[in-house]
This record gives sequence, C-alpha cells and structure tokens, in this order.
Amino acid sequence: MAEQVLNITNLSIDIPLSGDVLHAVDGISVSVNKGETLCIVGESGCGKSLTSLAIMDLLPQKAIRTVDKLELNGKSILNYSDREMSDVRGNKIGMIFQEPMTSLNPSFTVENQMIETLTRHRNITGNSAKKLAVEMLEKVGITPAKPRLKQYPHQLSGGLRQRVMIAMTLLCQPELIIADEPTTALDVTIQAQILELLKRLQSDFNTGLILITHDLGVVAKIADRVAVMYAGQIVEEGSVYEIFDDPSHPYTKGLLSCIPVPGKIKKGERLGSIPGMVPSLIGKFSECRFAGRWTVEPSKHDEKITTLIPIKGSKYEFSVDGTTNHIVRFCCKHCLERSKSKINKGVN
Amino acid sequence: MFFYAFKRSLLAILVALTVSMISFSLLYISSDPAIAMAGETASDADIEAIRELYGFDRSIVVQYLDWLKKAASGDLGKSYYFRTDVSHLIAERLPTTMTLGLCAIIFAIGLAVPLGVAAAIRPNSIIDRVALFLSVMGQALPSFWFALILIVLFSVNLRWLPVSGSDTWLHFVMPTIVLGYYAAPAIMRLTRTGMLEVLSTDYIRTARAKGLRPPVVLFKHALRNAIIPVVSLAAVQFGFMLGGSIVVETIFALHGAGFLAWESITRNDLPTVQGLILAFSLFYIILTLIADLINAWLDPRIRIS
Repeated sequence: MAEQVLNITNLSIDIPLSGDVLHAVDGISVSVNKGETLCIVGESGCGKSLTSLAIMDLLPQKAIRTVDKLELNGKSILNYSDREMSDVRGNKIGMIFQEPMTSLNPSFTVENQMIETLTRHRNITGNSAKKLAVEMLEKVGITPAKPRLKQYPHQLSGGLRQRVMIAMTLLCQPELIIADEPTTALDVTIQAQILELLKRLQSDFNTGLILITHDLGVVAKIADRVAVMYAGQIVEEGSVYEIFDDPSHPYTKGLLSCIPVPGKIKKGERLGSIPGMVPSLIGKFSECRFAGRWTVEPSKHDEKITTLIPIKGSKYEFSVDGTTNHIVRFCCKHCLERSKSKINKGVN
Repeated sequence: MFFYAFKRSLLAILVALTVSMISFSLLYISSDPAIAMAGETASDADIEAIRELYGFDRSIVVQYLDWLKKAASGDLGKSYYFRTDVSHLIAERLPTTMTLGLCAIIFAIGLAVPLGVAAAIRPNSIIDRVALFLSVMGQALPSFWFALILIVLFSVNLRWLPVSGSDTWLHFVMPTIVLGYYAAPAIMRLTRTGMLEVLSTDYIRTARAKGLRPPVVLFKHALRNAIIPVVSLAAVQFGFMLGGSIVVETIFALHGAGFLAWESITRNDLPTVQGLILAFSLFYIILTLIADLINAWLDPRIRIS
C-alpha cells in the first residue's frame, strides 16, 4: 500500500458571526498518498480554500477549527503549537496560491524571497542558497534563471510569477503541496504549461499534491483521485475514472453535465448549468442542502444505475459498486432518491 | 536610481524657485516696507527717500531678480529691525529649531510607529483602544495648554525640568514632548491603517505559508510596505515642526527660527520674513526630496520604472 502523507478526519470549520455561526466546512475527511494527486472540486464558497488553510493552520483568527485527526506522515500535527507548525509550513507542506500577481512581496527580489525559505528551514545561506535557487528556477522552466534572481515581482509576467511561486514552494522539497487554484488567474496556454509542470515535478519529487479547483478540465488532466465538495461537505469521492464514468451523487452528475463537449452541442443550445445557488451556511440546516437546485434536465449519467452499499454507522453514506475508494454521501432521503441508484441493503 | 534622484532634484529646484517667487509677490502686495521703516512721524518726502534708498521704487520683477541673485550667493539682505545680516540671523537661530524639530520627530515616530503596529496586529484590542485614545488626545489638546500642564507638573510641582530656555538638553524635554505628541496621532493612524491593509494581503499569507516566524513576517514583509506613506507624512510633519513651532518656541522661550518669524512678521521686517520663508520652504523641499528617495529605496516599483 502506498504511503500516506496526509490524513484528516472529520474536519469542521465554524466562523462565528454576530449572533450566529457560519458552518463553512462540515465534517470532511481526506487523505493523500505519496505521489498522488487529489483534486478537491466544488463551486465557489463550498469551503475548498478554507480546507487548505485549515491544513496549514493558517485560518483567519476568527475561524474555529475542529478536527479529530490531522496526521502528516502518520504523525499527528493536530496539537502543534504555532512555532512547531511554522517549522512544518514551507518545509514539509508547501502551498501555492491562486493569485500569482499578488502572492509575492513587491518590495523584495525573487532571490531574497526564495533564499529566506532556505535559510529558515535548511539554514542554507549565501552562494550555496543562491545556487539552489537558480537550480530550482531552471527546473520550473525559467531559463536563463540567474538574471531573474535580481528582479522584482512587478518585472515578471503572471506565468513567470507563478513559476517562481512553485519554485519557491519546492525549494525545501515538501512532502505535500497544496495548490489552491494555481491556474485560475492565468490564460489558457500558460495554464496548461503550469499544470504540466506541477505534474512533472510531483512525479520527480514523489510528493503528495492537493489541487483545489473548480475546473473539471484541470481535474481530468491531472487528478488521481477526486473529492467533490458541496456546501462544506464532500458529497462524493473516488478515483478520477470512477467520478467521471460512474458519478453517483446527483450533484456530481449535474457538474459533469455542465461540461460542454465539442461536437455534441447543437447550435443555439444552451450550455449546461446547475440552477440556483449554494445555500447559506449560516445557522443550522433544517432542509436538504440541494433544495431548489434539482430542476436540472436528466443527463446521460442518469441512465446508468449504480449499486450502493451502505457504510456501517452512517445513514446516508454509501460505497459505490462495492469498491472501498468510491464513496458517496447524501444529505437526506430526497437526494438519495434522486440518485436513481439501486441500494443493496443485504451486504454490509 | 541615480536617474530618479537627478530627476527629483531638478523638480525640487523648480519648486523652490516657484515658492520664492510667490512669497516675494505676496509680501510685495501686502505691505509697504518704506512706511514701516520710516516710522509713524515720517513725512511723505522721508518715505519717498527711503523708497529710493532701498530700491523699493523699482518694478517687482527687477526687485525679485536682484533679491534672487543675492540670495543665490547667500546674501539675504539686512534685517530692518536687527540691523544685521538676515542669513547670519537665521543661522544663529536655526540650531535651536533644528534640535527641537529633530528631537520631536524622533519622539513622534518612536511613539507612533510601534503603537500603530501593535494596534494593527490586534485590532479592537486593549492596545488598539489605548492607541486610539492617545491619538485623539494628541489631536484634540491645544499645544499651548498641554505645554502649560507639563510645566505645572514637571517644573513647578516636581521640579524635575527647567521651565524655559535652551541651555541644556533638559530644556528640550518638554518642548519635544509637546511638539512630538502633536505630530504623533497622524503618523500612528497611518501606520495602523497601512499595517492592517498590508497584513491582509496575499503576500503576507505567502510569507506565513513559507513558515517564516511572526517577527519576520511582521517587520520584514509587512512593515516595509506599510511604512511607505508614513515616510512621506513624517517628512511633511518634520517640515512643519521646523517652520511652525512658533507656539511651542514662544511658551518655552526657545529662541529658534519660528520665534524669529513671529518677531519679524509683527515688525514688518521684510528681508527677514522673506529669508525665513525661503529657508522654511527649502526645508520642506529638501525633506520631501529625502522622503521620496527613501521611498524609492523602499519600493522598487518607484525606483525601477
């Protein structure tokens, strides 16, 4: 079995508002193996980014994190102090952000910002640090790398800045990289290059990668496993093939039916969309999280009937077709019925 | 960087010329020095004679150019009242004002920047409230009243500090506090706002995600960017302290340039007023130039265009 890099069990994030509580993330569990890419997909506001910040313990001060288990390489980092956590950040877990234009400090050179990470975690300074920085910049495809060291972020293009960010993140060779929509702010050609680069570097260094995105095209290109998030919960999780070929949750089906397929869309036909909005996550939920969103036309995925096997101790959680990796979770009876799946109650 | 400095210096000289031109014409319009010099009992003929003697009958342009030519070689004319060289007069008074201004701006920055940073780290905390209270006080207290309170407390009751004069460093303590405390609130509020804004930026999140220690994040990554507008403000405040410390200088009987300005204005001592305006405006211009150069050094986006 592959070595597990990260394991989070039952993570919840609550944000107290005046008089009420925003349940941004509600009991999610994910794990990532060495060399594996886990994509977390979902609409805006479903809690993807907060989840990534929660792993780094970088949530906004107001947010309250509760989690049963948070393990890095089998070692619990749950009760780490801020000082211990800062030894982990940038060293064992690296993070790449969405906005390359604003994620680098405008007042310092590329060299300064790269080397400070090395100095902090590896105690490498001076020329040897500079050499490592140049090597890493070359690895992310910046050639010649040397003149770039003396430049400031505002002198670099968006694609170059994101490459610098990636190089900076890889300097200490982290065991886990969390990339929060790393390609959203870039144009399509640069997007493809950056994804290619991430994939290559990940296999070179054998790191675990959590990629947060709302772009299913990106998911198809890079993911090993996919977790579909909706309203603070993971509704379905499985390998990229299972999710794309065998989606069981009506929400996953809805998402997939929104992807326009060239040649299959008739002229004048509307592109697919899921109607409505993510429900407000403030206060307690009384009704179904998907209320008002199921007017979507039946897609081709609805024709296929999957068998759901209930998972012990959980009312609406099922394993799809008996595989242990493909899990689907419904919020209520109504959604379960909508999934049009056969439920095998006999096997436990 | 060199080109930028050169460009800014040229601009500074142009600004200095413009200021001197405007102040010269304003003074020319506002008063007739011949009447003031001749005294109340003088006849029209006397006044006319003085006018001719000092060249006041010439056109404003000729007078200005004449003054400018002399000023460029350091000759600012003779004071009508003190009967000595204006440049000598100003040079004599300047060290007091400079010392006071420098102490006050250092006091103001030393008080305001740490308070502003502390307030920004924990907004709405006790420290933030205290800082807000101090800054509202500083803004609202008239300096003459605050100065008198200090004198009553430290000189009259406790007898720790001398009431007035400028002989030892002890004489400068209270004027420094009064002048510096008046300038501190603006610097503090600007530091706080700037830090709050910078602390919520993406690059601070990046710095944290890199595992940098909080002091490094705060003082290297955040303060460097937040301090840029503060430098410009502090330069203007410093200029104000050098030129506008008249009230404080008067209360503590510090015979500095501000006090001299007040004296010469009430006595219609035109060359001295003119010379002081030139000196004060030069301070402002030099200080903003220095502030701009510091900012260019702090912010590569200004430096490399």
